Amino acid sequence: MDEEPLIRWDWIGRNWPNIQSLLADHVVMAVLPVVFALLIALPLGLASVRWRWLYQPTVGVMNVVYSLPSLAVFIVLIPVTGLAERATVIVPLTFYALAVLIPAVVDGVASVPAHVRQSAVAMGFRPLRRLVSVELPIAVPVVLAGVRVATVSSISLVSVGALVGRGGLGYLFIDGWQRQFPTPIVVGIVLVVLLAVAADGLLVAAQRVLTPWSRARRAA
Amino acid sequence: MAVVAGAAALGARSARSHVITFDGVTKRYADGTVAVNDLHLEIPTGEITVLVGPSGCGKTTSLRMVNRMIDASEGKILLDGVDVQTIDPPTLRRGIGYVIQQAGLFPHRKIVDNVATVPYLLGWDKRKARTRAMELLERVGLDAGLAERYPFQLSGGQQQRVGVARALAADPPVLLMDEPFSAVDPVVRADLQDELIRLQNELNKTIVFVTHDIDEAVKLGDRVAVLRVGGTLAQVDDPETMLARPADDFVREFLGGDRGIRRLSFVPADLPLRGDLTVPIDAEVSEAAGAAASSAVSWLAVVDGEGRPRGWVSTEGLPPAGKVADLRLLPYGTFEVNGGSLRSALDAALLAPSGCAIAVDADGKVAGVATREELARATAKVAADGAAQPAPAEQAAQSEQAVPAEGAGRG
Repeated sequence: MDEEPLIRWDWIGRNWPNIQSLLADHVVMAVLPVVFALLIALPLGLASVRWRWLYQPTVGVMNVVYSLPSLAVFIVLIPVTGLAERATVIVPLTFYALAVLIPAVVDGVASVPAHVRQSAVAMGFRPLRRLVSVELPIAVPVVLAGVRVATVSSISLVSVGALVGRGGLGYLFIDGWQRQFPTPIVVGIVLVVLLAVAADGLLVAAQRVLTPWSRARRAA
Repeated sequence: MAVVAGAAALGARSARSHVITFDGVTKRYADGTVAVNDLHLEIPTGEITVLVGPSGCGKTTSLRMVNRMIDASEGKILLDGVDVQTIDPPTLRRGIGYVIQQAGLFPHRKIVDNVATVPYLLGWDKRKARTRAMELLERVGLDAGLAERYPFQLSGGQQQRVGVARALAADPPVLLMDEPFSAVDPVVRADLQDELIRLQNELNKTIVFVTHDIDEAVKLGDRVAVLRVGGTLAQVDDPETMLARPADDFVREFLGGDRGIRRLSFVPADLPLRGDLTVPIDAEVSEAAGAAASSAVSWLAVVDGEGRPRGWVSTEGLPPAGKVADLRLLPYGTFEVNGGSLRSALDAALLAPSGCAIAVDADGKVAGVATREELARATAKVAADGAAQPAPAEQAAQSEQAVPAEGAGRG
């Protein structure tokens, strides 16, 4: 009897359209949570900087959410968002990303050197303009570092959604495991890793473009 | 019409003096700490006033109350007679230049945009703001090629120059400088100080400069205000007067050693010069011997064909023949005849075996020689002038003694 090969290229060829649509679904479910989380983390983080007492409770709640097993959360959400729906995956992943991004925003704003903030005040910046044109731009490298972590972990976590019927490339793992057929599993792993590497590379490139001024500082 | 009147009012405002008045200003924090205590101080227009004192004397707090980075608890600060409390802080600050210790440049903006910060805030057209920024970079001695760089690509001294350029960008009449040069090494610091003096000669801003370094205060200040811990004013005077007559032991101690010598920096070297104590380098030795004999001196200053000093020669034990150029030339020192201080003249004399100082003009050509006797006479006169008025501390000591003496007399 022939040993089942690790990869059967003909299978990939036959299932390519299906793999493509799983990949697209995976990208959407991985990226949207990070985008939503960033939109929520910015005001929440800035509020935590403005009102220091807000920070600890916010982070505390986020850490508790982060500690919940993802599968459990998916299952709890099924009655609300529906089985095999994108939202069932996107909502929890948004919370996970928030747990990373809120501290990133707070640390980013805290990374603005005191003498820079002070000189902005002394030049006559009003608070809103100071935030938008001095503090936030300087916070970008730290916030982007958080976005990178959130994005990569989000890409990997989407797969778990396969257990509730919507997991993007995660479907390939279940499919391969149920049929004792390694090819889909290998394809899934390779694509998830490639996706993570590509997303991270894009973010690094974005950072280069957005913050040419911070390159040497990080090297130093 | 209204516009014209407004412009006229602005013109009148900028033509007016830019006096800053501290009128009984106190800063008390919530925990009861008093940083500044009942400060009365007039900061005159077009001058550098240095606030100096040990840490905890409230000098930085005083400075920051001027542009309302900190608000006073009691008293008033008047800018041209207007209470700063009545001005909206951002508006007030855009009209006052501010330089801080680490320059505080925006790391994410190019140098030219850093300098143009306040013009941008004031809503200037971008091109006009950048043109102005380029002018200022040149004015503070920075290469135009640095304009497109980011702050991290500049040295500490260069960053500090950018900080000064940025503070000057909107041409504010008043400049606040908070220990601006204390984070750079001594050589760069001296450069920056000289640059500030040069700039101030061109710009005549009203500058309040905070430092803990008394030498910096004495070098830069037209007037120096010494503050003591607890935020009270110990003495305000021009540096020379302060060195000559410190108000009390605290100021005396704060001024440190060498007060007498340092004071000579402020005394112009108006010394009678002798023209007969020089000899051209291409002269015969016999001419030098003759000149020395007729002036009854044993030293002559050797001058080259362009009138520049070359050294001293001893006229004792001269060889019978030969050229002055072949004699051993001994070290010399020079001072500038116009604008040089008595201290620089004394220094020049101490560098020469003759004990005399060579006076040179602005081109470095010899103008004459100041002899030991004239230097001694000049320093003696300075000493006499200093002693003419008793030091305030001594007056105080005398009046304190007078009380028990009187009491004793009655008893």
